[in-house]
Amino acid sequence: MIGLGLFNGLVVTMKAAIRGPVTVQYPDRRVGLLGAAREVGLSPFQFLIKRPKDAVKAAAGFATVEDKVKQAPRFRGQDFNWYEERCTGCASCAKFCPLGIIKIETSPSATLESEGEVYNIDVFDIDIGRCMFCGICVEVCPYDALHMGSGFESGQYERKDLVITVDELKAKKKTPSTWFRPQMEAAGYDPHSGEDRPWDDAGRHEQPGDEKLTERWVNDR
Amino acid sequence: MGPNFLDNSFFRNIYCNLSESDDIRCSGGGWLGDGLLPGGFEWLAFLITAIVMAMVLINLVLGSVLIFIWAERRLLGRFQSRSGPNRWGPYGTLTPVADAIKTLFKEDIVPTAADRWVFNAAPIIMMVPAMMVLAVIPWGTGTFLADLNIGILFIIAITSLSTFAIVMAGWGSQNRYAMFGAMRAVAMLISYEIPMALSLIGVLMLAGSLSLVSVVNAQDVPFILVQPLGFLVFFIASVAEINRAPFDVAEAESELGAGYHSDYSGMKFGLFVNAEFMATILSAAVIVAVFLSGGRGWDFIPSQGWFIIKMVPVLFFIVWTRASWPRLRIDQILTFAWKGLIILAFINVAVSAILSFVWPDPSTAELWLMAAINFGVLIVSVLAVGSWFGPGTAGTPKMAHGDSLPRPRPAGQPSGGDS
Repeated sequence: MIGLGLFNGLVVTMKAAIRGPVTVQYPDRRVGLLGAAREVGLSPFQFLIKRPKDAVKAAAGFATVEDKVKQAPRFRGQDFNWYEERCTGCASCAKFCPLGIIKIETSPSATLESEGEVYNIDVFDIDIGRCMFCGICVEVCPYDALHMGSGFESGQYERKDLVITVDELKAKKKTPSTWFRPQMEAAGYDPHSGEDRPWDDAGRHEQPGDEKLTERWVNDR
Repeated sequence: MGPNFLDNSFFRNIYCNLSESDDIRCSGGGWLGDGLLPGGFEWLAFLITAIVMAMVLINLVLGSVLIFIWAERRLLGRFQSRSGPNRWGPYGTLTPVADAIKTLFKEDIVPTAADRWVFNAAPIIMMVPAMMVLAVIPWGTGTFLADLNIGILFIIAITSLSTFAIVMAGWGSQNRYAMFGAMRAVAMLISYEIPMALSLIGVLMLAGSLSLVSVVNAQDVPFILVQPLGFLVFFIASVAEINRAPFDVAEAESELGAGYHSDYSGMKFGLFVNAEFMATILSAAVIVAVFLSGGRGWDFIPSQGWFIIKMVPVLFFIVWTRASWPRLRIDQILTFAWKGLIILAFINVAVSAILSFVWPDPSTAELWLMAAINFGVLIVSVLAVGSWFGPGTAGTPKMAHGDSLPRPRPAGQPSGGDS
């Protein structure tokens, strides 16, 4: 019938209005008193008594809470996680990097040859300003020492700050992405839970413990 | 017999404090006593009270513009699955204030080729009709600046003044887009003046007066029920008059930049925006006064409160339609006015004339009877006019031989001369 299209249009917009906004207000959104209380895990009344200053601020509409899209465990961001203990300094990553942006300098270490060929890593620069995050360096690492990271807020004001140095890599929290690391995915590891992954639990072929070695090499013979 | 505004307690207090009026409503005096001014100075008391009233009303309406801008942006956001402004102040309520400050401090640019006098005068002239309409609207019992006995005529006459401002802005800018917007606005506003005025004739026949106060007093049954067809035509025409979607071709963003105010910046642009939003609020106020029985209602809320409560759904519907319906083409808009609305308005005038001839002084029961008849007339006439338009034919350019598209020519036939 003539004119029904107008009402259909009104119904469509009204449905959208009732459904509410779908915007994710990254990085944070404003909340009222109820939202702020829910964020700290208190009932609004407790919140009002225990933290009156925050409660007034929230009631006036100036409180913010974090608002992010939940990332998948395989999400690989713009950083790297590197396990110093696992790395031998073989520089496979540097050799395979299509852009040649990984720079490794090593020096001989005091490690006995019988314990494995391990060098001191003096320089490990990854210039993520030129990186395309193809992940080949991660794929070729024979010791599962290099992992894609799960962070993505790595904006800087100057290009030189985009170079990740070895000290940063050492100091960084180890929350590797499970991309190309099925062993971590099988263990149900979620990097976005904030859980630190220890170095001896990050690889495909973990070194057997002393008991296992004794069993294999002494008891079985 | 004192001035009409003595029905309002706030203004009565001011007036009775000052003057030694012998009006019965002044017998209790004001807050401070009675007759602060000596006898013979009633005119001064009247002047002071009138200035206070004007200041209060103008500032309230300007303040409500800010609230309306915020509410409209929030609502539009909701309708489009967004949040709308939400950062500055609780739920973004201070966003219009920030916008106003920004507008005030922006550079005021006048194009080199512009006609300076016309260009500068246009925004001021745009504000004038909005301010003047304010005077005759009865915001509640006794809350009005002037009870003009030609109130509705005054409104129709004054609101069309804003066309001048739009033409001046378009002409003064020396800009093609602005000129296009202005010409479209003129064509549209002239077309919609006619159904707007015609649709009010039915109301005038019922009320027997052009004064808005009398119209409100006559509404024992709200005229939206007694005059549904008149309300429909008036509502559409007033949305077109205030240049809002779906009739916003004058400033069609996607076609003309910003239309007639393309070249304006700073506070002049702010005046245009302010005047537009003020016109929206005031047209909602006129609709409430004429069709929704103004400030009448039950006693537990003051009459001004009823007026504002009734304005809210009208404004909400205007925003809702803006979010829902696409903008019409200029020829569709004009066709709609001349072939649709004017016919509907004439039908309404004819039916209302017959009904007021049958019941010259209608009681409440007769008003309800009229409402039933008029609803029947509404459905029949809208269906009839709508089917005359037919789906998809509105405004389609017709070829000379009656087809809307040229027929494919048989092969081998020479082109031209097939009549």
